[in-house]
Formats: sequence, structure tokens, C-alpha cells
Amino acid sequence: MSENIIARAEQITKVYPGTVALNKVDFNIYEGKVNVLIGENGAGKSTLMKILAGVEQATSGRIILKGQEIKPRNPRDAEELGIGIIYQELNLFPNLNVSENIFISHERTVGGLVIDHRSQENKAKELLKRLEQPINPKTLVSNLRIGQQQIVEIAKVLALEVQILIMDEPTSALSNAEVEVLFRVIRELKAQGVSIVYISHKLEELMQIGDYITILRDGNLIAEAPMEGIDLKWIVDNMVGRDASKIYEPAAHDIGKVILSVRNLTLPAPHGKDNILDDVSLDLREGEIVGLYGLMGAGRTELFECLMGLHPYYATEMTLDGKKLRSHVVSNRIEQGIMLVPEDRQREGLVQTLSIHDNMILASLQRYLARLLSLNTKKEKDAVGQYVHDLSIKLSNTRNLISSLSGGNQQKVVVGKALLTNPRVLLMDEPTRGIDVGAKEEIFNIMVQLAQQGLGILFVSTELKEVLAISDRIVVMSKGRVIREFNRDEATEQALVEASAVGHGVDVAQ
Amino acid sequence: MIKAKNDMSVADPSQITQRSGLAILGKILVSMRAFIALFLLLGYFAIINDSFLTQSNLVILTKQVAINAILGIGMTFVILTGGIDLSVGSIVGLAGMVAGALINEGLILEIFGIVVYFNVWIIIAITLIVGMFIGLANGVIITRFNVAPFIATLGMLYVARGLALLSANGATFPNLVGSPELGNTGFPELGAGSLLGLPYSVWIMIFLTILAVFIARKTPFGRQVYAIGGNERAAQLSGVRVKRITLLTYVISGFCSAMVGLIIASQLVAAHPATGETFELNAIAAVVLGGTSLAGGRGTVFGTIIGAFVIGVLRNGMVLEGLSSFLQIIITGVVIILAVVIDQLQVRLQQR
Repeated sequence: MSENIIARAEQITKVYPGTVALNKVDFNIYEGKVNVLIGENGAGKSTLMKILAGVEQATSGRIILKGQEIKPRNPRDAEELGIGIIYQELNLFPNLNVSENIFISHERTVGGLVIDHRSQENKAKELLKRLEQPINPKTLVSNLRIGQQQIVEIAKVLALEVQILIMDEPTSALSNAEVEVLFRVIRELKAQGVSIVYISHKLEELMQIGDYITILRDGNLIAEAPMEGIDLKWIVDNMVGRDASKIYEPAAHDIGKVILSVRNLTLPAPHGKDNILDDVSLDLREGEIVGLYGLMGAGRTELFECLMGLHPYYATEMTLDGKKLRSHVVSNRIEQGIMLVPEDRQREGLVQTLSIHDNMILASLQRYLARLLSLNTKKEKDAVGQYVHDLSIKLSNTRNLISSLSGGNQQKVVVGKALLTNPRVLLMDEPTRGIDVGAKEEIFNIMVQLAQQGLGILFVSTELKEVLAISDRIVVMSKGRVIREFNRDEATEQALVEASAVGHGVDVAQ
Repeated sequence: MIKAKNDMSVADPSQITQRSGLAILGKILVSMRAFIALFLLLGYFAIINDSFLTQSNLVILTKQVAINAILGIGMTFVILTGGIDLSVGSIVGLAGMVAGALINEGLILEIFGIVVYFNVWIIIAITLIVGMFIGLANGVIITRFNVAPFIATLGMLYVARGLALLSANGATFPNLVGSPELGNTGFPELGAGSLLGLPYSVWIMIFLTILAVFIARKTPFGRQVYAIGGNERAAQLSGVRVKRITLLTYVISGFCSAMVGLIIASQLVAAHPATGETFELNAIAAVVLGGTSLAGGRGTVFGTIIGAFVIGVLRNGMVLEGLSSFLQIIITGVVIILAVVIDQLQVRLQQR
């Protein structure tokens, strides 16, 4: 077995203030094979990969490449050693064009001074062709949709011609067709002897592409095995450390009267002809969980933003408990009982410079006023403590910076912040994005519990199975319009996909 | 289940604490660096110069510090939101001229053909309101017209200075004592008077510091200022009225500037239109020395006060030592750069 191990991380330990991210982890990279790395959020996958790619340095342990110990101090070192990485987050310059992005810091030059744009563009075209994306290399990255940007990110690493390629959730923004292309490219790379480390939360995907599988949990290596003879249950059990029920069955909750009612909501596009939201009407009842399904650009996020009062929309009716939602001020909407859990934790959900406590309390500060307009610290502390407990947020001290928590726990803080405003309606935009199976289930449980308490929950997800698992009712949107509503018992994957493609001119029969 | 999880996460950090007690001591020292620098400076000048610790010198010192510290308080709020206020020095000059004009010439109401003279309290109030109004203008330009704070307040730096010069055609309002028959005497008392041996300006600094620390730490406004500086979008989605809060920080800064303008005009018993030039830079220096990040979201009011004292003690000590004033300027600059370098080191330490 050892002769085809091209690189090996031995006894890697990484300590951050407040947490041990990795605890004496061994990790093998097999020549010309794909080793998939999985684990719950906060298991240490990304940290391990960042250490291999020179972005971070291990507290202890060593990395052996072809029998020699290496110490990459930065990504450039790692690249020179033949290790490339595609990060979980996009790292592109929106103000530069595609070929400039692909060759950033590796510019092809004439005489070492002037950029050889033609050569770069030709090579870029070649790479994009290989990825079956007919993108003009001169297009500004800001004009590409997210999936295409992801492709550019992949092309960027391919241009480096590395021996070891680390992919940290490369498919999170890709369509099924694009994922297929990526897998084909991965197989080509394997045939050329490139070794690949692949991180993803999508288990089926891992089964499909992996040769070996490595599982981390809480910073510890749990298992490593060849993919042959392994099934989903084994993976999930090892990942979560307990038996996870396969299909989520929400607990019973009573559905009451209508709380949120929207009629003819229209949001014009600032420059384009098509409305971003076109004549959207929907109701949400007490204790009801409504899933909002649609492709990118369906207008789901914009609908939420309108409900929070962010855009200059038009609607004939928008009421909460019979009272009009009129003022276009977020704080008034929150006061009236509507609260958003945004899609992007880092950019929209959390303030990184603040503590866990301050983040959680941010939307409900007015509730803790004591004399002289000052805050009642004890009351605040109790409220935060209550939700830390209720949501079982894993932390050592609420005064630590929010960044000391793992993704799933950060998400719970965002949820806690929303709940502290005592909402009637909770809008959740991709509440399970980028979090692991275990945390997903916890978030589902929380949603059901809230429904049992009589909250109305409107949530967006791009994962069909999730929408089907937890929704009492599903609203499908496409191109800014509500296409169809499904009750829980009449919804099927096929029907949802078909409805979501209306107006896209795409043949969805696969 | 939940309990087990919590136990685990608590156990881990304690291990770290034991292992790196020295590192934590280092961190505490770094986080108290402004304090330590201040005490080292105080100790150093006290030893090498006998007249440094005399009461008269300390009073002069704190009076100088008060000017910069009061400006720094307003500037801290602005910088915490991620903004900057370059107009404070000009507001200082303009405020002095407003007060000077109201005392010496009164408010001329041409329509009615009369001149109204106010008593000193009302003059102080009007001047402070003028300062807040200029701050409000800054805030409106920045939040409603989306002009970068640097540009908006740079423009205001010129506008307010121009207004100050225009108000008396570039001349000074001298001898701001008022006259008994107009009922507007007593203005010089603000700069000359003292309570329990401390000049009024120092009391104002102490009062404003306590108030500002309270506002920053204990009020929703304060928390929201930090949130805006840390992540404006997240703050907005949490219901923080980003524009209103940001605007208010400039009003606070305008208020502080006008207060300083009043203090200086009163101390000099005259209002000169060039008063306050480059004060904005001193205030920013105090804020930065105090550990506030120019990117916003991180810093404290108290740090700014310490920063103002560091600058003040350094200058005062160097003057007593008879150091060339040119050399003083260089040393001040080096200290500021050094402070930011150490600040960056601290950020890196925290990330470890």
C-alpha cells in the first residue's frame, strides 16, 4: 500500500485559541487516486487542507512529500512543490477578466515585464474548453454567474499543472451537468497521475468519485478505507458517531391561522426589463413550515429581502397578523415580528469582530434596556445563556470571538440572534448551507420545535431532499414568479424540478 | 449528549492555558501596551527632569491633553464605524469664531435692524449646536449621498475653515470678555477657571470620557457602532439603523470639536480663524495610539484617552528637555508608527 502514497501528513496537530482543531491526524495522499475527506463541520477538514497547502502552519507534526519532509510556509511554496488548492470560498477578483484571474501571480510575460495577454487568453480558452464552459476569457468575472466563477476557480488550479490537487467543496455552486464535467476532468487528471484530495458534504458525490475515504471527527482521525465495499450508512455512522436516521421525519405540529400574507409583490429590476419578482402572492400560517424551492435567480432571496423591507417593491398587500408591513426599515419589520436568517453567515449573518454574546444580542438590544438608556447586562446574559442552552451551541465562553466557533455552531448563533427578537415569522435562507449532516438534523429539529411553538417558518433550500423532508407546503418559484404550490403529500422530486424549470427553456427530463 | 459535548469543549482550552501561560502573559502585556508606554514615559521624564512632576507642569500638561482627548473621543466613535472625520480641526476654528462673533458683535438681525446679544450660556449652547450641525452635514453627505467619509470630511475641512475665515474677514475676535451692560460677561472663566485645582477643561474631558465609555459599552447605540464597523451588512440585516447611527457619530464628533473650539477661544480670550489646523491629525493619532483599528469595529474610548496622554506627555517632556521642536515632530511620528506596528503584531497574536 505504501508505494503509491505520494504524500503523507503525520501526527498533525493544530491549536487555535480556545480549540484544538486537529489532534495528531495522519492523512495519506495516493498517487493518481482520489482520497475523499469528510467529516462534520468543525471536524478539521479545511484546516488540514490549509496546512497541506501552506496557508496555515501546523502546531506540531510533519508533512512528507515523496519521502522528504516539506515545510510550506505559504501557498506559493506549496505550489512550487506541486500542491494546488481550490478553496471553499471563491477567491476571484471580480474587477479582472477571466484569463487575468486564471493567471494571477503566474502571469505569462514577454521578457518578464509585459503580460502576454494573447498567450494567456489562448491557454485560458483551452482550459475552459476542457471544462466544457464556453466562457470568453475576456469576460469580467463579475459578469459570470456563481457556477461559472467556480469553474474559473477550477481552471485557475488546472493552469498550475500541479501533482497534488486539493478541492474543498468545489461543487457547492455547480449544477448537475457541471458536476459531471468536473468529475470527467478529475478522472482525466487521475489518468495523468495527479493525486486528488476531495472534500464535500454531498455523500453520493463522494461515493461516486472517491478511491479512498478518510473521515475526521472533532479534529481526530476516525477511519481511512478504500472506497470499495463501503456504504452510505458506514460513512454517516463514522462521521456522526451515532446512528443517523436516513430520512428525516418531522414531529407533528399544528397549523393555525394565516399570519403572513403577501399579494401581488413585484420588484422591478434596476436596469433590466424583467421584474426580479413578478406578482408573487403567498400565505404562511401559524406553525407552518413552508419550503421555497427554485433555481438560482428564481428570486427567493429577493423575496426575503422584500419581506424585511430592503427593496423598493410594490405589493397590494403585505400583512403580518393582519397588520400592514409598511415601513421600509428593517428594525420596524423585526419589531413587527419578522426576522431573517441570511444565506451567507460570514457576509450577512455575523459581525466577525464581535463576541458570540454581542452577535446574538445584536438584533434585540432594545429588549434589554434598563435605566438611563443603558443595557441590563444580567438580563442580556440570561437571554443569551438560555438560547445557547436551547440550541445546544458548543462553546467555551460567550465572550469569545464568534470566529472561534465552527460553521454549524455559528449558524446556530445566527438562529439564536433571530429567536431573541421573539419573531412570529422566521425567514431562513439556506439554513443548512455548508453544515454537516449532524448539524443539519439539529437545525431541522429546531425548525420543527419553533413550528410547534406557533411560529411560521418560510425557508429556502436548493437541496430537494431537504425541502421535501421538512416542509408542510412547498412553493416553487422560477424567474421571479410563483409557479406552483405543493402540499406535503403531493410533492415529488420530479414535480418540483419540473416546476422550477418553467421559463428556463431547459429540458429537465434526465 | 449535549452535556458531554460541552464538557469536551471546556476541557480543551484549559489544556492550552496551562501550556502557554507565558504567551498569555505576553498577550496581556501587549494589550496594555499604551498604558505601559504611558507609565514608562511618565517615569522617564520624572527622573530626568525635576520640573516635570511639579503641580504647575502637570496642570499645563493635562490642559493640553484635554484638547486632544476631547477631539479623540468624537473621533473614536467615527473610526469605530469604519469612517474618519478630517473636519474636526476646522470645526474647532469655526466654533471659536462663532462664539467670538456672538460675544463681540452679537447676532445681527438686519431685517429687524437690531442686534441681539446673548448671555454666555446661550452662546455656548449655540456654538455647540453649530458644531453638531456641521457634523450632521458630514453625516448626511456620507450616509445619504454615499460619499466616502474621507472625501466628505476633507471637503468639510475646507468649507468650515473658509467659513471661519469669512466670519471676520480673516481677522481675530479679540478680548472676548463681553460687557456687563450687554449681560454677556464670563466667557474667559471656561478657560481660566478651575475646580479642586483642576481646570474646567480637564473636568470636561473627564466628564465626556465617562459619558463616552458609558455610551460605547452600555447603550444599544454603542454596540451598534461596533457592529457597523465590524460588518455593515450583517448589522443592517439585524435591524441596526446603519445610516442613522453612522450619522450620529459625526454629530458627536462635531459636538466634541465645538467644545474644544470654545475651550481654546476662552483660554486665549480671543478667537482666531486659523485655530485648530492639523488638530484632526493629532486626534486620529490619539485614537490609533489607543489601539482602535482604522478599519472599524475594534477599539475603545479609554484607549484613545491613554493615547492622547502618551502624545501629551511625550511633547511636554520633550519641551521641558529643550529638545528641538523639529526633532519633537519626528519623534511623535515615529511613536505613532511604532504603535500601529505593535497593534498589527497583536492582531497576529490573537489569530494564532
